[in-house]
Amino acid sequence: MTKSKTTEALEDTGRFLDDRLRAARAVRSALRKLYPDHWTFLLGEIALYSFVILLLTGTFLTFFFQPSMSEVIYHGIYTPLRGVRMSEAYASTLNISFDVRGGLLMRQIHHWAALLFMAAIFVHMLRIFFTGAYRKPRELNWLIGIVLFTLGLVEGLFGYSLPDDLLSGTGLKITQGVLETIPIVGTYASFFLFGGEYPGNLIIPRLYVIHVLLIPALLLGLISAHLFFMYHQKHTQMPSKGRTERNVVGAPAYPYFAAKTSAFFLFIFAVLALMSTFAQINPIWLYGPYNPSAITAGSQPDFYLGPLEGALRIMPAWEWNVFGHTFAFNVFIPALVPLGIIFTGAALWPFLEQWITGDRREHHVNDRPRNAATRTAIGMAAVTFWGVLWLEGANDVIADQLQIPLFTLTWIARFAVILGPIIAYWVTKRICLGLQRKDAHLLEHGVETGIIRQLPSGEYVELTKPVDEDKRAVLEYGRVGAPQLTGPPTDADEVPAPGTRGPLGRMRTRLDRVITEGIPIEADGHGNGHGDGHGNGHGSPAAVTAGEQEGAQPAEPGPEPGGTDGEDAAR
Amino acid sequence: MSGIKRPRRQRAGRYTVLMLGLAATGLVYAAVTGAGGAASAATPGGPSPADIAQGKAIFADTCSSCHGMNAQGTAAGPSLMGVGAAAVDFQMSTGRMPGKDFDAEMPRKPVTFTTEQIHQVAAYISFLGGGPAIPSAAMVDPAGADLALGQQLFITNCAQCHNFAGAGGALTYGKYAPALTHSTPTQIYEAMLTGPEAMPVFSDTTVTPAQKRDIIAHITTVRAEPNPGGFSLGRVGPVTEGLVAFLGGIAFLVFVAIWITMKRREA
Amino acid sequence: MQGSGEQFPPADGAEELPESRAPHRVVGTPPPARARTLLEAPPQEDRRPERWLPAEPSNLDQAKRAERLVAALFILSMLASIGFVAAYVGLEVHSVVATQRSNLALGVSMSVAFGALAVGVVIWVRYLMPKVELTEERKPLASSPKDRAEFDKDFTEGAEASGFVKRPLLRRTLIAASVPLAVAPLVILRDLGPLPGTSLRHTVWRKGLRLLVFGPNTPLRPADFAIPGQMITVVPDGYQDNLDALAKAATIIIKFGPGQLRPPTVMNWTVDGIVAYSKICTHVGCPVALYEQTTHNILCPCHQSTFDATRGAKVIFGPAARPLPQLPLGTDAEGFLVATSDYHEPVGPSFWERG
Repeated sequence: MTKSKTTEALEDTGRFLDDRLRAARAVRSALRKLYPDHWTFLLGEIALYSFVILLLTGTFLTFFFQPSMSEVIYHGIYTPLRGVRMSEAYASTLNISFDVRGGLLMRQIHHWAALLFMAAIFVHMLRIFFTGAYRKPRELNWLIGIVLFTLGLVEGLFGYSLPDDLLSGTGLKITQGVLETIPIVGTYASFFLFGGEYPGNLIIPRLYVIHVLLIPALLLGLISAHLFFMYHQKHTQMPSKGRTERNVVGAPAYPYFAAKTSAFFLFIFAVLALMSTFAQINPIWLYGPYNPSAITAGSQPDFYLGPLEGALRIMPAWEWNVFGHTFAFNVFIPALVPLGIIFTGAALWPFLEQWITGDRREHHVNDRPRNAATRTAIGMAAVTFWGVLWLEGANDVIADQLQIPLFTLTWIARFAVILGPIIAYWVTKRICLGLQRKDAHLLEHGVETGIIRQLPSGEYVELTKPVDEDKRAVLEYGRVGAPQLTGPPTDADEVPAPGTRGPLGRMRTRLDRVITEGIPIEADGHGNGHGDGHGNGHGSPAAVTAGEQEGAQPAEPGPEPGGTDGEDAAR
Repeated sequence: MSGIKRPRRQRAGRYTVLMLGLAATGLVYAAVTGAGGAASAATPGGPSPADIAQGKAIFADTCSSCHGMNAQGTAAGPSLMGVGAAAVDFQMSTGRMPGKDFDAEMPRKPVTFTTEQIHQVAAYISFLGGGPAIPSAAMVDPAGADLALGQQLFITNCAQCHNFAGAGGALTYGKYAPALTHSTPTQIYEAMLTGPEAMPVFSDTTVTPAQKRDIIAHITTVRAEPNPGGFSLGRVGPVTEGLVAFLGGIAFLVFVAIWITMKRREA
Repeated sequence: MQGSGEQFPPADGAEELPESRAPHRVVGTPPPARARTLLEAPPQEDRRPERWLPAEPSNLDQAKRAERLVAALFILSMLASIGFVAAYVGLEVHSVVATQRSNLALGVSMSVAFGALAVGVVIWVRYLMPKVELTEERKPLASSPKDRAEFDKDFTEGAEASGFVKRPLLRRTLIAASVPLAVAPLVILRDLGPLPGTSLRHTVWRKGLRLLVFGPNTPLRPADFAIPGQMITVVPDGYQDNLDALAKAATIIIKFGPGQLRPPTVMNWTVDGIVAYSKICTHVGCPVALYEQTTHNILCPCHQSTFDATRGAKVIFGPAARPLPQLPLGTDAEGFLVATSDYHEPVGPSFWERG
């Protein structure tokens, strides 16, 4: 059979490269790599492809933007600003918007992509948290992700400050004001960043370099590491029939995943283009150039900095003046504490959970959020905390649009920021346990068929059908026979197990019981769905199995380092 | 001869002094009451006694229950002495007056009186206590205004309450600075001049009539301007933009992701 | 001369991957075909029924319909891209209306170009590619003890060979050399900005400096500002275009009727019921400019710090901890409003050295 020209050309190219790189094996394994499929796995891709689009549109913008604070008098086409003094940065942004074809579209795509990038990181991070995908071996990736989130916040802030308009200039002033209040080094930090008194004429060029060169380089490097780890460790998968901790089930990269991910990239680009056509964003010509003696109602940062803004608004006026020095708690507490709690808590969480539960196995199958009730509840508490601060950041717009008095909103937020997470924790936990109970009931009693039969005794019963295999696999996953923390609290001689001794150990045991709280299911598939609502069941998923398994029955945990994991097998 | 001439001079002097005194009183009166604005009234030739009488009648029917029979004010409504025709025209032509639901602030609502009736009430209030007059059409005409100065004045003095595009904003205790979308140039002028409710007063000696015209020109130009980037999302800033990013962008892409990864049932 | 073929023979197409890396088959899908590389055409006789991936989707009719749909979408995308270029070339900007038109045309064509392509590819994957679900093994990520031991051995031997461990003098002097080298790049950042000194404690206001209405930049007499309820932004004479000065010196003046101003407002610093406060909020420095005539509140739009203008701008709500500084006012020889000195305390946000 004669080969087509294309096949010949491909083979020649392949041979050329392989002669020099010995690439056949590596590339083949890359092509055959399997990618588990679930829609939640595409959330990170939204962030990734938004980043790519940011690079592309950003490069276009750098060809036209002037990062200079020298003052000019505007004589361009936008009549309401003709004759107004403004910085070159602002004038060049007007130029991009009104005098460069496609310039406004590129500016808008760039800004919408930044919002989408941050929003995608947010939902992606929540997905990782709620499914427990941050667990070993993926803690490093989780930490990289948190750093990416933080870098993204800073990159976005610096980016939208570049045009030097009234709204973003106000944000820069707030940044400077917050910096100034930092004890001991605040004034120095402010003077060093701005090159002297605020605003000076150095801040825009400096932010430009950081925004265009330094942070993108860091982001690129960290994103590459993030993807490499995911590639090397293989992606996690959702619990289902045939999926275990020791396999990957999915479609190969070539041609399936490559095609799907390319399509998603095109979709993201299309959605961004659509948003930039029909939804105006950052209309700097309406804001006017920055002047430190002017301000607009409704001054907010972009949404991802909303919680920071809300924290500043919610804070009561606490300040100490001691020995000639001022502790401006009303500023640096909101600036550091709420986000500090969330980011530090998030960074420490995988290790904290490991320490409490003693679970040091690898996890490659995701948890269903309902099966990890405490974790999900903590996550929802954090989301509520974030959300209350976020809404408070928009309180003047909400007050105006919904006709609620301004101070009332702040007072509500002051209470909600403490009570809200507590209520959210409790409610979420109850919901999760309720769902677990429902699953257990389904497993035990089967699915209702709607067929009623009369028994000889005269009683009516509804026939039920056992849950089918696929569904059973999903429902049972991780709920049957998972080992507990550190073995039995004491051994035969009444000696407590190591790790549970002392006050720290006792707290650890108690926390473990809370974290692993759930509705247990017996190994033979029957649930313990009624009776005690708490039980001492376990939500942690099945161990890495010793060998291939079919169906949903996870086997005993294999030998693992970290010896206190008990021989407590399937109960 | 000196004896005959002196009485004539004295009489003439007395009349002169009297005329001068009257003229001076009139001038002082005009200066004090016209301090807020130019002397020209909306109706050419000024309001007639009939207008004032008609205005008094309307006032007695509609306004006196809160503002008192002589506009001196009661517990329910402030005194209108010295507020001027401009204030009355503003409040009534925007429908804020007659006031109905007494909330933190009087909202704009459908107008109950004709322009002629409003001018009559305005003439009556002006007759009672003086105050700034209704601006003429020329005073509020945006043509030929200094847009650059208007932008600077608006951004410095107006945007902090009314927002950068005049979309309005929140104040304390349930008050708000309304959006400027429906305000006529005359109403904008009158609001600046008289400082309705919580709004401060921007008198003609601080923001001159020409500068007021510049501000009006800026407002009318900007609000009539199309949004080149798409729908304006309310011209409120990043709050609505963030909402759209989540509800428009992420939510839609989630649906797309579900479609891409949906398991297809084999035929 | 030996050709590359002899010295480095091309990979033999029959060579299999090691067992553990070969994909496994679960019930229902055929076992893997013999591995092939790009370097060799598949031999004629190798028409085994077992392939790694099936060649055709299961529903061929549906596939054919899908193919037509996808082709149509790709053509639509192509037309949209051409339309994008045409819109770029044909539509000018240089006015707000023209920009709107251009943005609409470019944006819609770009959306359709990307969107149609995207939808086409997805339909292609879903209906034209055979449905496939493969399984392969995961190995524990920890290296085998043997690999770890070998690594440890090589690393230790290398460390010994380097002498780093055995020779403390070398080690310590190396660290001693690295420390200042690492610190030096931080030191050279010192000139990023001047030291703050006392500059935050002063503004440019001084005795005799006239207040100018910001915008037209005209001076003001008390008689021009005589109606209670008036408020305006003023800047120091000579500094109206100096943004650095304005960032601290911007001031608002408010006119009150007799008896309205009360302590702790300093009455000596007012002129005829006209009081001047710093426009820079004492929270984090936004211009605090919303003056409510009826409640005498000055509201800052950033974080809603609220100040009572009749009582020395003391804080009545919000995160600001200190009242707005009051500027001492007087009049000059010509009767214009002037400052009689700088503010008596630093304006703006608190800072460590403020005291």
